[in-house]
Amino acid sequence: MEFLSYLINGISLGSVYAIIALGYTMVYGIAKMLNFAHGDVIMVGSYIVFIAVNQMGMPPLLAIVISMALCTLLGIVIERFAYKPLRSASSLAVLITAIGVSYLLQNLALLIWGADPKSFTSVVGLAPVQLAGGRLVISGETIVTIVVSAIIMAGLIFFVNNTKMGRAMLAVSEDKGAAQLMGINVNSTIAMTFAIGSALAAVAGVLLCSAYPTLQPTTGAMPGIKAFTAAVFGGIGSIPGAFVGGILLGVIEIMSKAYISTQLADAIVFAVLIIVLLVRPTGLLGKKISEKV
Amino acid sequence: MALLEVMNVGIAFGGLQAVAQLDMKIEKGHLYGLIGPNGAGKTTVFNMLTGVYRPTEGDIILDGKNITGKAPAKINQAGIARTFQNIRLFSQMTVLDNVKIGLHNQVKYSMWTGIFRLPGFREKEQEMDYKAMKLLKIFDLDKEANLPASSLPYGKQRKLEIARALATNPKLLLLDEPAAGMNPSESEELMNTIKFVQKEFGVAILLIEHDMNFVMGICEYIYVLDYGRVIAQGNGESIRNNPKVIAAYLGGD
Repeated sequence: MEFLSYLINGISLGSVYAIIALGYTMVYGIAKMLNFAHGDVIMVGSYIVFIAVNQMGMPPLLAIVISMALCTLLGIVIERFAYKPLRSASSLAVLITAIGVSYLLQNLALLIWGADPKSFTSVVGLAPVQLAGGRLVISGETIVTIVVSAIIMAGLIFFVNNTKMGRAMLAVSEDKGAAQLMGINVNSTIAMTFAIGSALAAVAGVLLCSAYPTLQPTTGAMPGIKAFTAAVFGGIGSIPGAFVGGILLGVIEIMSKAYISTQLADAIVFAVLIIVLLVRPTGLLGKKISEKV
Repeated sequence: MALLEVMNVGIAFGGLQAVAQLDMKIEKGHLYGLIGPNGAGKTTVFNMLTGVYRPTEGDIILDGKNITGKAPAKINQAGIARTFQNIRLFSQMTVLDNVKIGLHNQVKYSMWTGIFRLPGFREKEQEMDYKAMKLLKIFDLDKEANLPASSLPYGKQRKLEIARALATNPKLLLLDEPAAGMNPSESEELMNTIKFVQKEFGVAILLIEHDMNFVMGICEYIYVLDYGRVIAQGNGESIRNNPKVIAAYLGGD
């Protein structure tokens, strides 16, 4: 029973990683860049919800919608001013810029909201569910996180495969030049990808802070790195890969904490990543790269 | 007024003048050929016409509008579509979705309609499916609609590229070596398809091709390029007998 409880917690944490990983993987698939500021968008989204709920007394759902809207805007602004001018620059320049944007966001948050951790009140109003005669207790946050992630995942897969914007995203990710010559506006497609990724980051932030209620300017950094790991683990560029990678990473992390060592949990997570990449360099669901000779 | 007017267009890459003083006139609904030895600059001309390269001199006028140096997506929306010398299909996507990418600007609905599946979403997607299937039928690809594009045999991939380009509703279609790698019966069939497309869609076509039987068989007017300059132009008969063209292809002075 204990094992089951850990497993469910792992899936829940993994679902949050998965939502964040979607942002990394979609942006990588389409713009071929690693947006290391993605984790910090989560932090900004969480602060917005915190202010809206705790200081302005808004209903949580409204606060989340506002946070999603503002994060979307933030994502578009970051892309427009930091990354778009570097569209034809070397990938190293873009990577360093992304790290710069990440520190910029963290330090802006430090300036505006201060360094002291805020205690985030959970926005989930669902009572814990008791199963097996009270031996298995699942918190409301856990249930909501898993359900919300499943809905987001299904919605995103539908959007990408069945709408014309989704097809445009796939086309741009496969061959930017050919897509342009078919009349697709590559810049607006990339901006839309950032917008969707950032809106999802806002959702992930709320779920994360509801489960782990400490909010400070560096809140987004570690989950961001782990979600990036999850995206690589699942196969960067692949949407189902981000989901699988996220869940697996969450489960491995919780299991390591439970059965091996709390301190070593993160080390184990990254060790697993290294092993997977040694065996399958493109990740679990990544495309095999075969070169014609 | 001609559909496309290319006036004194040239492009230099560093010190290399790839194309110089290019003048072309393309009339609505006619079929043109662009030939020349390897490295003559034919694909460079296509790249300038579609906005991949920005000409360093001259003007390109489409339907009275100056499109010189515009972005490829804008030029496509203005009415020029193309295929590629080495096939560039979206190989991971299905045959049908490739054509639907071409229809991107032909059927419009907003992002919100797509995200929340608002009313009109299904209808618009069905409209796209219908239009795409109609095009696929013309190229005899309708049975393969749901296969990944990469699984098609070579000849069919070439046809799919033409279908995808036509889906963008062009006034001018540029075909870069459409018959490359085809056997005689396939290229014969392709000739008929191209003629059919010209009549059915009323679209002007400019094609690059090395197969002289193919070019002479369907082109009404031919431009011959050598070292980035037009050395001859005219109908098939006059090109065939032009000593400059013969010299360019066979060498000699």
